[in-house]
Amino acid sequence: MRTQAAAGYPPIRQRSGVPLLHRTGYGVMYLALIAVAVIQVLPLVWLLIFSLKNNQEVFNMAPFAIPAHPHWSNYENVWVNGNIGQYFLNSVWITAVALVLTVLLASFVTFAVTRMIWKGRSLVLGLFMVGLMIPVHSTLIPLFSMFLKLHLTDNPLSIILSYVAFNLPTTIMILLGFYYALPKEVEEAAIIDGCSVNRMFFKIVLPMTSSVLATTAIINMIYNWNEFIFVNTFISSDKYKTLTVGVQNFIGQYTTDWGAIGATLMISILPILLVFLIMSERIVEGIAAGSVKG
Amino acid sequence: MAKVMSNKLVIALYVLPSLLLIMGIIYIPIVLTGYYGLNQWDGIGKMVFIGLDNYKELVRDNAFWQSALHSLLLALFSGISLIGYLGIALVLSGKIKGANLLRKIYLIPMLLSSVAIAQLWMKIYHPTNGVLNSLLTSLGVDNPPSWLAEPSIVLIALFIPIIWQYAGFYILIYYAALKNIPESLMEAARIDGANPWQIATRIKLPLISEVIKVTVVLSVVGSLKYFDLIYVMTDGGPNGASEVMASYMYHKAFRSFDFGYGSAVGFFLLLICLVATYLIRKATASKDTIQYS
Repeated sequence: MRTQAAAGYPPIRQRSGVPLLHRTGYGVMYLALIAVAVIQVLPLVWLLIFSLKNNQEVFNMAPFAIPAHPHWSNYENVWVNGNIGQYFLNSVWITAVALVLTVLLASFVTFAVTRMIWKGRSLVLGLFMVGLMIPVHSTLIPLFSMFLKLHLTDNPLSIILSYVAFNLPTTIMILLGFYYALPKEVEEAAIIDGCSVNRMFFKIVLPMTSSVLATTAIINMIYNWNEFIFVNTFISSDKYKTLTVGVQNFIGQYTTDWGAIGATLMISILPILLVFLIMSERIVEGIAAGSVKG
Repeated sequence: MAKVMSNKLVIALYVLPSLLLIMGIIYIPIVLTGYYGLNQWDGIGKMVFIGLDNYKELVRDNAFWQSALHSLLLALFSGISLIGYLGIALVLSGKIKGANLLRKIYLIPMLLSSVAIAQLWMKIYHPTNGVLNSLLTSLGVDNPPSWLAEPSIVLIALFIPIIWQYAGFYILIYYAALKNIPESLMEAARIDGANPWQIATRIKLPLISEVIKVTVVLSVVGSLKYFDLIYVMTDGGPNGASEVMASYMYHKAFRSFDFGYGSAVGFFLLLICLVATYLIRKATASKDTIQYS
């Protein structure tokens, strides 16, 4: 659909012109893409560099100059003096417990809604799907007062329950498509062989959905690991704080020591970067699945 | 078969725990938020029913509308940046070497906790020792601004890290959608003489319009309820210049201990998010039919 005038050009001129234009255009676009990539990582490179400096070096050297003798002691210092190890451990187990609960409960619900036969299943599914649109902040005040009455504030259970409830809708949404696509013959064969529904679910259906379970697990992991507002509101003692909130409070004590702050931040982001390095393919796939189907 | 698959006990066992959980953690609190909003309450003492007074006050509350305006500006800013992400994804989904690696690099900020991102950007914006002002000074700017302390620029200074955080996420979504379009469609268009621009605007974009719609809803609703980075970086300051709806709610409830008023703000936030979702879906649905007819 080139213009009429272009169509009138002799074919040879057109052929020699177009590739050249393409090559420059391609080059410019490629540079732009690389520029965006640089912008995305440059702040992190700077963070790594200043985490290895002392204050004098941070303030007097060029921002991206690496000190001749990197102060690895910054890392040792914050790891030993702070509660980072404790926060880290809390993040790991709270993330894991909430993740396993969410994926298991979501699988139960999705199985019951898509494969079993009962009245009201579309209504129940609808209730879960409407949950996708509810902003967390609008529930924060009542949740706080409810947990206060139940003596669940400053208790990890309060944040685990909140994580599971708010992650159920997304997780079910991702699972739905896979459950609808499961062949009915498998169930029929299992029932003819005298298999109970529970046995079928645990021995046949869950293993068959293991790939999508991994995807949902990743989404849950990223969400739980980085969650801030629930922990910040419900948890007050250091022994239950997760990495996000713990780091925030820890940095408060080090307002002037840039090296210590840098090291703390690096420690808090390294685990997730490491996981990304190992499982980037799955994570990319998981994030895409978790959003598009909404 | 039907008998086994309609076992009431099993259904109840599979559905009820989750159902009770979302009732207790999502739906009952939503109703309570609306109800608390009708009361004067400090969160600990006795609740005093005052009818619609909190909501009436909310309508007249300039500080609230100021925060709503900031949330709206963020929504607008994010909405516009979607165009850029779409452009990047279009280029990336062409025959580009290393596209896979690039989109993974773009995604890195999104994986980091908001606290880490906020703290890092506070250091970038630091008036004297931050990397941004060090750079500006070395370029000959005498008095670079103290980014997070100046009411006139604090909002834009906050929007930039938010954009930085989510860029990879939207590029990834668009990229995945564009890669799903069968190559044969583009091949056919090329044979018909279509140029890359025409292929992008008349074939690729209409085909991923559903996905674009979803991202518009995600970015607008996400912006309206945005909280984390702003809370850590400026806490709504200086002097309310960067307050957004969610941070205003948080301050009213958990700083001023005005739980009734905070709840009214929270309920309003819920309504705005639901209305925004509905309006965007409606608006984009009608456009769609025009595109395809």
